[in-house]
Amino acid sequence: MNSTYTLLASIAQQVGILFFMGIFIGVVAYAVWPKNREKFSSAAEIPLKED
Amino acid sequence: MSIQARYRSMSANEVAWAIAAAILTLMTIFIASKATDAGYAFHMYVFALAGVGAIITLGKRAAANVPAHPLQEIDGKPNYHMGPVKFATIAAVFWGVAGFLVGLIIALQLAYPALNFDFAYIQFGRLRPLHTSAVIFAFGGNVLLATSFYVVQRTCHARLAGEITPWFVVLGYNLFIVVAGTGYLLGITQGKEYAEPEWYADLWLTIVWVAYLLVFLVTIWKRKEPHIYVANWFTLAFIVTIAVLHLGNNTTIPVSIFSPKSYIVWSGVQDAMFQWWYGHNAVGFFLTAGFLAIMYYFVPKRANRPVYSYRLSIIHFWALIFLYIWAGPHHLHYTALPDWAQTLGMTFSIMLWMPSWGGMINGLMTLSGAWDKLRTDPVLRMLVVSVAFYGMSTFEGPMMSIKAVNSLSHYTDWTIGHVHSGALGWVGFVSFGAIYCLVPWLWNKKGLWSDKLVNWHFWIATLGIVLYISAMWVAGIMQGLMWRAYTSLGFLEYSFIETVDAMHPFYVIRALGGALFVVGSLIMAYNITMTILSGEAAEGVEASKPALVPAE
Repeated sequence: MNSTYTLLASIAQQVGILFFMGIFIGVVAYAVWPKNREKFSSAAEIPLKED
Repeated sequence: MSIQARYRSMSANEVAWAIAAAILTLMTIFIASKATDAGYAFHMYVFALAGVGAIITLGKRAAANVPAHPLQEIDGKPNYHMGPVKFATIAAVFWGVAGFLVGLIIALQLAYPALNFDFAYIQFGRLRPLHTSAVIFAFGGNVLLATSFYVVQRTCHARLAGEITPWFVVLGYNLFIVVAGTGYLLGITQGKEYAEPEWYADLWLTIVWVAYLLVFLVTIWKRKEPHIYVANWFTLAFIVTIAVLHLGNNTTIPVSIFSPKSYIVWSGVQDAMFQWWYGHNAVGFFLTAGFLAIMYYFVPKRANRPVYSYRLSIIHFWALIFLYIWAGPHHLHYTALPDWAQTLGMTFSIMLWMPSWGGMINGLMTLSGAWDKLRTDPVLRMLVVSVAFYGMSTFEGPMMSIKAVNSLSHYTDWTIGHVHSGALGWVGFVSFGAIYCLVPWLWNKKGLWSDKLVNWHFWIATLGIVLYISAMWVAGIMQGLMWRAYTSLGFLEYSFIETVDAMHPFYVIRALGGALFVVGSLIMAYNITMTILSGEAAEGVEASKPALVPAE
């Protein structure tokens, strides 16, 4: 039972760190991607647009 | 034309809401008649009264011929729905003053215990949750409802989804506040910090919260602006996470439907872990993510400059929500919680330094090139100082989560000082700043009734915060050191009552700081009232801003 726990725990930990790091790296890449520069600078103006 | 008619029949939507209210009324009257506890029966009657009130209001709506389906747009401009926003703004000011006042009373009770007057209903143990819930959930919650409903409409260029549902969210939430608050005084509590309301209040909040999520999501769904502005991301994370936390930490089974008492399904250290997973993320998502949404809209708007770095705001958002959810175990250092879980909580708390400071820098740097506005605009000053306090308390928090530091600080008043530098400095000031911005916008006024009074509010409250947190630092560290002092023979050097006695002067200073903060909030309440009642109307209200004409 203990070995099952250890096995499952280590899989969960490794899959977890890969999953979260993967998503985070994806987020950072999306944020700094040169092509998105235009989109983000126009998004930053949203609160200042009069309607 | 139907628009000329003096009244109309109720719409299908209104009839459905009235039927729901009628069912609630009948059900709660039935429960009240068989309730085992007088306080519980009282609460059931409060629900019944709210149900009757809802039916009357719905009928009056039709009788007064309020449009059942108002236009989404007028002349190509969104026909914003600001009624619920106005209500929540006023409620926030009211609950703020009330909550700060109760805080002052319990601060005075700690300094002068005779102020308990041996009267059960105003003992510290009952007033303390009343204070925390009033400031966090009543004041903070109404600020969040008001700002989120305002910001989502303005940044999506769309009218709020639903007609009655947003009103249900705002009024239903305040009903929850009343039931929770009176419950503490009557002795109805789960005894879980920040999750005191019993099962039936929790159930009601769940319904309200799901409605809140739906209103918010559907408004985003029908947006005219293709990009979802970052403030809405923070609000969405706040709404979703609070829903999950609320369900997780309130998984209780009531003793009977006629009793307010319930038992939680978790036991022992699992229950403790659930409680602080909830408790810390109430800080992380209610008091941080929700208010960061305010920062990302109101600071750029007030400074009239776009946010310093939109890219940083995206990284800030994802890093913050990834990390915060793990930080809870730092509330359980040196307890029965496994060591690895404690270390995990500490590690994630320390990592939180990065997104917190990234966010602070993003907020502060938004003013680059516009720093001179701080001299002339006290409202902007309030917003900026709140961000500075955010930086300060998010530096202190991770430090206190380090086990070695925590062994000194835990259970002492240092924790209280830390919480209040965040609550008064960050949450309080950013909320005041947002309210000062919102009121002239919502009521079509040229500006506030008095900028001078904002200045007074700012300085009095700042002085109050400084007194409060410095007194608690000194008191807390002293308390921690006295608790761990040993004599050469290995006995504790101080009895507990000696440490209590040593706290007295600091408790007096703290109460003085709190009193100044209350005075500041009263100045705000006066200024806001005068702005609404007799502020100068904005120019060209009819011509240029049809969007702000209330729909109801």
